[in-house]
Amino acid sequence: MLGLDKKDTGLLLVVVVLALFAPFILNLFPTNSGMAFFNGGYPDLMQRFAIFGIFAIGFNILFGLTGYLSFGHAAFLGVGSYAAVWMFKLLNFNILPGLVLSVIAAGLLSVLIGYISLRRSGIYFSILTLAFAQMMYAIAYSDLLGRWLGTTITNGETGLQIYNDDPQILLGNGPNVPHLFGLEMRSKVDLALGPWNFTFPVGYYLCAILLILAFYLSIRIFRSPFGLMLRAIKSNQTRMMYTGLNAKPYTLAAFVISGMYAGLAGGLLAAMDPLAGAERMYWTESGAVVIMTILGGVGTLIGPILGAGTIKYMENIISKMNESLLDSWFAFLPDWLQHAVVWVATWFTGEGWHMTQGLLFMLVIIFLPGGLVEGGQKLTGLFGRKRAQTQTKTEPAE
Amino acid sequence: MGILEVKNVNKRFGGLKALSEVNLSVEENSVHAIIGPNGAGKSTLLNCLVGKLIPDTGSVMFDGQSVLGRNAYEINQMGISRVFQTPEIFGDLTVMENMMIACFAKRDGAFTLQAIGNMMKEKEVVDKAEHMLESMNLADKREMHTASMSRGDKRRMEIAMCLAQEPRLLLLDEPTAGMARADTNNTIDLLKKIKDERDITIAIIEHDMHVVFSLAERITVLAQGTPLVEDTPENIKGHPKVREAYLGETQVAA
Ligand SMILES: Nc1ncnc2c1ncn2[C@@H]1O[C@H](COP(=O)(O)OP(=O)(O)OP(=O)(O)O)[C@@H](O)[C@H]1O
Ligand SMILES: [Mg+2]
Repeated sequence: MLGLDKKDTGLLLVVVVLALFAPFILNLFPTNSGMAFFNGGYPDLMQRFAIFGIFAIGFNILFGLTGYLSFGHAAFLGVGSYAAVWMFKLLNFNILPGLVLSVIAAGLLSVLIGYISLRRSGIYFSILTLAFAQMMYAIAYSDLLGRWLGTTITNGETGLQIYNDDPQILLGNGPNVPHLFGLEMRSKVDLALGPWNFTFPVGYYLCAILLILAFYLSIRIFRSPFGLMLRAIKSNQTRMMYTGLNAKPYTLAAFVISGMYAGLAGGLLAAMDPLAGAERMYWTESGAVVIMTILGGVGTLIGPILGAGTIKYMENIISKMNESLLDSWFAFLPDWLQHAVVWVATWFTGEGWHMTQGLLFMLVIIFLPGGLVEGGQKLTGLFGRKRAQTQTKTEPAE
Repeated sequence: MGILEVKNVNKRFGGLKALSEVNLSVEENSVHAIIGPNGAGKSTLLNCLVGKLIPDTGSVMFDGQSVLGRNAYEINQMGISRVFQTPEIFGDLTVMENMMIACFAKRDGAFTLQAIGNMMKEKEVVDKAEHMLESMNLADKREMHTASMSRGDKRRMEIAMCLAQEPRLLLLDEPTAGMARADTNNTIDLLKKIKDERDITIAIIEHDMHVVFSLAERITVLAQGTPLVEDTPENIKGHPKVREAYLGETQVAA
């Protein structure tokens, strides 16, 4: 189907189902139950799942296939956001021009950064990309470009936002919030089924559709002759060179494609919330996409989506756990034990969610170097073997 | 004029003169062996032919064109393929994928952006790759990752990939080193077969005299970076200088 073989079609269907039914899957617990805290089916979080899924899928095309570890992809995320907000400021709140420009702007920037950084490989490449991204961050944070041009480009620390006196030449009577040809991103449909409540936000579904398209495109790239060449780069550049292949343009193409994915993700962040700030280019953001990709499974198709989902879920849910909540959860314990448990737990929750993330990351790296996907494969392998055993046992009877 | 003309090539590594005044002419469609003791500069010479090293002075002409100053991939696309002393293959890819890469490189050149197509639907390339694997007895290993192959198979894989590129000049750096006797004989037969089937020039570096005398039409003996003699196998066998500089040594060692 759609030029994919059976296995890939299956994988695509899994992603389609996960994406379209996310509002149900993420709100498993009735709204008034104690477990409702763990529900993730609210617009802001679901959008982040999809947007960072796109970011990580693109990153994986570079890192997963060629092995070039960029530590500066946040630069493209940030540029995408700025580009989209600028379209809001100049034209109107229709997100389409913004998304298109965010991809183009990130693409152009990645040609420049990629061309220079790819003169080196390994750790030097990573450092170069990191340096570029931090330069971009500094430029955005102090609006150096704007100062030099005598106008506002990134609006410095405050961040770029939309003001009433912005040109918005196409605004007319159109909506005053981001929309796609009138369909407002913030609008949503609520559905109550008994004690359950589900939310279907327009913005999320836009992101989800783009996630599905981005995923489909990445499968096509993985299976293409181009994808094969990218894997060749990772495997053995000497053999590649002496097989008459020029690795440079292949790597650059992969870099630019992944930069454009990042730009789209940045544009979508702005489309969901019309703001852009320099912190989106900060190195922690570049690091986050590395962690998502590795956590999910580098070089696997679906891994980056799983990794992005896991990290964003933890970031949003675990960081919300505070002391009083923990107290109430462990109230059934004897007082002294309750205090002890809560004291330990506070290290890993709230602000401490980074500790949990680090711990999880370490466990995965040590025990599942192939990421969550490898974990999944081991599990299915375990069940598969059991099934195979029962089959061989029943065979003689047949 | 041979297809490959090396003239007055010198190469220094710091104080070490690895190649001095090397002249070599390889006839088109011949098998030319380069022999010499360890450290004679044989691999260094090969490196100068494929763009891995640039000679300090001298010229290297392939089919009337200079290869100096060109990138390795450009030289390969001119028609020179090289098999390395330690196999260079795509270890974490499968046998079939390795072969497909070589076939794509032959068909599409150094760079083509085919980012959406399905590589397994490129019938022409898939067919050619399958055919190559069959003729090299690698077809039954097509889904195997090449890193887990035996050393002999890795060599065969590398030779097969080079042949898939239909090079005009094939450079082999000790293709049978570390191979079992049977594999060595297979490789000899294979190279003979290739030689019969198509127009190809082969330059081979080899320590195994059995291989050299089975294949070579001409032999150059290199010692301490300088060609000692160049002659037919018959004459080389009896040459006193060669015995002294090289053959004597290996016989003692063996
Ligand atoms: N890149 C390099 N840098 C410094 N010295 C080198 C380099 N490559 C080779 N040499 C030296 O040049 C000399 C010739 O080496 P080369 O590898 O060409 O020998 P060889 O004839 O291929 O030997 P072998 O039969 O052991 O493969 C050796 O002394 C080697 O140590
Ligand atoms: Mg050598």
